[in-house]
Amino acid sequence: MKTSVFLGTVAAATLMAGAGMADTLADVKARGELNCGVNTGLVGFAAPDANGNWTGFDVDICKAVAAAVLGDPSKVKYVPTTGQTRFTALSSGEVDILARNSTWTFSRDTDLKLDFVGVNYYDGQGFMVRKDLGVTSAKELDGATICIQTGTTTELNLADYFKANNMAYQPVNIDSNAEGEQQYMAGACDAYTTDASGLAATRAAFADPENHIILPEIISKEPLGPAVRHGDSNWGDVARWTLYALIAAEEYGITSKNIEELSKSSQNPEVQRLLGVTDDLGAMIGLDKDWAKRAILASGNYGEIFAANIGEQTPIGLARGLNAQWTQGGLMYAMPFR
Amino acid sequence: MSDTHAQTVPFVRDTMLPAAEPPIREAGAVRWLRENLFSGPVNTVLTILGVLVVWFLVSHFWDWFAHSVWNAGSLSECRQIIAERWGEGARGACWAVIRERWNQYTYGFYPSELYWRPTMAFGLLFLALAPVLFSEAPGIRRIVLGTTTVLTLGLMVALGAPAAWLVFAAVVLIGGLVISERQVSLLLVFSILYPLMGVWFLWGGSAWGPIMVLVGPVLGWIAWRVLHPVSSLVAIIAALVIPLLWWIGYAGEAARDAEGILSLSIPAVASDRFGGFLLSITIGIAGIALSLPLGIVLALARRSDMFLVKSLAVIFIEFIRGVPLIALLFVASLLLNYFLPPGTNFDIILRVIIMVTLFSAAYMAEVIRGGLAALPKGQYEAADALGLDYWKAQRLIVLPQALKISIPGIVSTFIGMFKDTTLVTFVGLYDPLKSMSDAVRASTSWKGIYWEPYIFVGFIFFLICFGMSRYSMYLERRLARDHR
Amino acid sequence: MTDMSAPANPPFRPSMLIYDRRYRSMTFQVIVFILVMALAWWLVNNTIRNLAALGKDFNFGFLWQRAGYDIPQTPIPYTSDDTHFRAAVVGLLNTLIVSILGCIAATFVGIIAGVARLSNNWLIARLMTVYVEAFRNVPLLLWILIVFAVFTEIMPPPNAFRGDDPAASMILFDHVALTNRYTAIPTLAMTNDPGSLDLGARITFNWATIAFVLVLIGGWFVRRMIGAWAQRVQDQTGSRPTTWWMSLAVMTVPSLLLIWFFGLHFEAPELRGFNFAGGLNVQNGLVALWLALTLYTGAFIAEIVRAGILAVSRGQSEAAFALGLRPGRTMNLVILPQALRVIIPPLISQYLNLMKNSSLAIAVGYMDIKGTLGGTTLNQTGRELESIVLMMGVYLVLSLIISAGMNVFNSRVKLKER
Repeated sequence: MKTSVFLGTVAAATLMAGAGMADTLADVKARGELNCGVNTGLVGFAAPDANGNWTGFDVDICKAVAAAVLGDPSKVKYVPTTGQTRFTALSSGEVDILARNSTWTFSRDTDLKLDFVGVNYYDGQGFMVRKDLGVTSAKELDGATICIQTGTTTELNLADYFKANNMAYQPVNIDSNAEGEQQYMAGACDAYTTDASGLAATRAAFADPENHIILPEIISKEPLGPAVRHGDSNWGDVARWTLYALIAAEEYGITSKNIEELSKSSQNPEVQRLLGVTDDLGAMIGLDKDWAKRAILASGNYGEIFAANIGEQTPIGLARGLNAQWTQGGLMYAMPFR
Repeated sequence: MSDTHAQTVPFVRDTMLPAAEPPIREAGAVRWLRENLFSGPVNTVLTILGVLVVWFLVSHFWDWFAHSVWNAGSLSECRQIIAERWGEGARGACWAVIRERWNQYTYGFYPSELYWRPTMAFGLLFLALAPVLFSEAPGIRRIVLGTTTVLTLGLMVALGAPAAWLVFAAVVLIGGLVISERQVSLLLVFSILYPLMGVWFLWGGSAWGPIMVLVGPVLGWIAWRVLHPVSSLVAIIAALVIPLLWWIGYAGEAARDAEGILSLSIPAVASDRFGGFLLSITIGIAGIALSLPLGIVLALARRSDMFLVKSLAVIFIEFIRGVPLIALLFVASLLLNYFLPPGTNFDIILRVIIMVTLFSAAYMAEVIRGGLAALPKGQYEAADALGLDYWKAQRLIVLPQALKISIPGIVSTFIGMFKDTTLVTFVGLYDPLKSMSDAVRASTSWKGIYWEPYIFVGFIFFLICFGMSRYSMYLERRLARDHR
Repeated sequence: MTDMSAPANPPFRPSMLIYDRRYRSMTFQVIVFILVMALAWWLVNNTIRNLAALGKDFNFGFLWQRAGYDIPQTPIPYTSDDTHFRAAVVGLLNTLIVSILGCIAATFVGIIAGVARLSNNWLIARLMTVYVEAFRNVPLLLWILIVFAVFTEIMPPPNAFRGDDPAASMILFDHVALTNRYTAIPTLAMTNDPGSLDLGARITFNWATIAFVLVLIGGWFVRRMIGAWAQRVQDQTGSRPTTWWMSLAVMTVPSLLLIWFFGLHFEAPELRGFNFAGGLNVQNGLVALWLALTLYTGAFIAEIVRAGILAVSRGQSEAAFALGLRPGRTMNLVILPQALRVIIPPLISQYLNLMKNSSLAIAVGYMDIKGTLGGTTLNQTGRELESIVLMMGVYLVLSLIISAGMNVFNSRVKLKER
């Protein structure tokens, strides 16, 4: 009896899943919900609060895409993924988009059959040490014990860096960021290495941030961005241009506050095109005219999202640095909407 | 001479002497100490060692437990309170984190206005278990069901359940209690319906889905009744095939159509809202309920005379028992989608339940095989002598007895599986032990809290598992007596 | 027509496949076989289609690519330039190390706790009950995390050992340092190092190790010969010669000679730079995992041992005493063979469980095969199907080897039953 129930559930679930990995956009619209792969918990980027509401920099990307496609930023199902399960979750179709601070690398883009749609945060790997250790440069870490998260590119970078500088180290592999912080705080390792943004977030949350320093060396390039499955270019376009819409909005000064006003009054043809006042760009990617407007309204433009989640006013306190607009000397450069 | 002798005796006692007080070292506490703690040099040394161990543990942890803080908003506030109350440098436990995040540990991210639903489902679970677990012990059954009824209804009121559902729960629970007093096996109908009901209460949505799933076996049964006079073979095949066809082809559509006519919906809750003990218990119960029938089939197959069937069962059981559960969980999260038709994609919790079910079914099969082997041979021979065929013999004679003998083993398999549900953390689900505690620690106010969440979660696991193991030991003794 | 003496076999009809008992089981097996094959075909076919849809293939070539990551504890030489295959082998060896150490320690703990639970010392029996129940009823993952936390949170960092008045000091005559990163233990060093046997692939065995192993195996054989001789003498004369000192000498003297010859001594660890050097730094992940597995499995073994001892009825030992056997021989010849029969089968499954549970190493960052092949390698190459299939295969083979080995042992114990 109970076996049959089980079979029934499986059968029903199979039915509901529906076939077709090829057209993600149609699937998402039919489902009425965007499945978004996020980190299991990295404050500032993606973390659930006590009520299970997800907030963070990556989460806002999910919200923007959901707003653009479905018209409602809350229609997102967040699928927490670990470093190990994230890419499979994407390639198996469990999630439609992976916004989980993942580094864009050659092999991931080609061999793992992912498509990175852009970069939402330019990062690099750094080291954090206790001030009383008396170390001021990563070059002095010869023989140190270093805490490192498994399943990330940081593991490879670390091995390469120490080999290139002919130094020895003792890795302590840990499984999650929370565990890594705990080990570092307890003094189980001399240095904690991960992306510089993660280090800053970790350090900011310490009771005594002044006793920890982030070493000046950045040993790798870590362009973090959302990724989609390889082979569905249309869906990739939707994700890519939603991200660019957020970045472009900041460039043109469109914020969630003034967007209604600008869409009526702005004479800037770029703004008019982006907000769907003149051309219908949305139709070209299978969306309606207001898609970009909704995406920006979801949690603001790129600058607003940055400031609200990880900017200098937040406990995490990251400066824009490389992630400033290209007009400000940064690398954030949205392709033209035309 | 004899006379004189008789007269020379001055006093003849005609009553018994009262028993003398035992020497001090042979009575009371002293004797107990002598016998139990200091009966020889070896024992004395062991006792001293034991006392030292206890003293070591108490002296190291007592102040930490004694300085407990239950009311604070963050770890730093907690430490401040400890420093104020017990002086600078004092250590103390900060249980305030449990107080503040209690809901999260229990219900995960389940919407707080719907907490009553899992609570009700959990209460009804005991009613569903009553005919299976408590059929042999009416006294305990009365206590368990009575407590469940009171607690469930009380909690539902406290959690703000709608009146209609309160009435429903009250009717079912009190009705179940009354029925169980008259004939407990009648409740088996409820046990069979419970899995679908539980799924509906937990995940919500339209009731038509579970109802349409239920229609499958009903159709099969009707087909069997209609076709049985014609040909028993055709009837059996139809009874198996029709439900399958129904589920695959029509159930989903029928549910949607029915929903259009009458919605019968309660708010849906997606799987990503599940976490904490709710997740552990859901996976545990679902796994055990599904693995029991599968385990019975596997056990029968392994004892079968048919070479092929037997070898397949052995291969399956040994394969599952040979790999760690964590590897199977990774199969659930990484590989299961490869094995299913392209585009199939279902819930990670369901996938985990499938793998956990397969895992515990292999262990269950071995437990039930033990039960089958323990049955006296005469039972099998008696069944043959009565001219029963294989399935009738199993159903009417062998399995009822074998399963009864196996209950303690089944319970300990369940305990093992329930403990193992914590491993789902490695595939990104919010188990109470690691993921939930990490999530709690990720918030700025509780960063750095380490021992308290672990001790709390461990304590809850201990209560549940210890309670179950004691009950199964009680059951074992009871059943053993029945067999003599 | 008239010949009625032998009833002719009824002609075969298709319905007999179902209604005739002779054919029914065959029919059923054929149906099961077809169903299983269909299921297998369905799974394989799905997998092929899914792989094709993703543009992936199924091959193990990635095992020969450069791994690129480091492993903290490697029983054989390994650097980030080695292949994924070598990383997997390192992981496998790490799994074996923790499993073997765990099985040995858990057996000791289990026997002690099991016997102690039956002790007539009230305090000890109660303490052991608390131990057994506490470990049996709480998830293993929790114990691993707690033991690991005890090490990281409570033990001093290595630099606490520094300076003239260090905050922490080494234990066991300055030979072992418990730190929050690793346990520094002394290594064995030799003054007359005979060099190593090179097996290729940078796997070497020191000649001294080989010499010790050979001497121990030889000693064991000689001991058995002494035992056989004593048995012969006993059979002929009725009195058994005292042999324990011969056995002891055979087992120890050659080893002591070798120690003297190679100049074997302990080299204690000392603090250099950030960390201890000179000794062997055993990573805390390993120590914590080992301790937690030992205590957890020990609790289960304790119950098995207790049940085994209780299963031998008191009359057996009384009968043995009545025959005039001394307590030691009663234990060896009467009680143990019977208790072992009860103990061994569940003990095997506990060993298997321990080996499988060692995959929880992932929680403490100990790089076992789940950590290398099923973890970092899987992640860096994206070959989840191949990695997990290979990993499960390895676990399966290990399980089968353990069960096979223990079954052989079990059948030898069983032979003593008459």
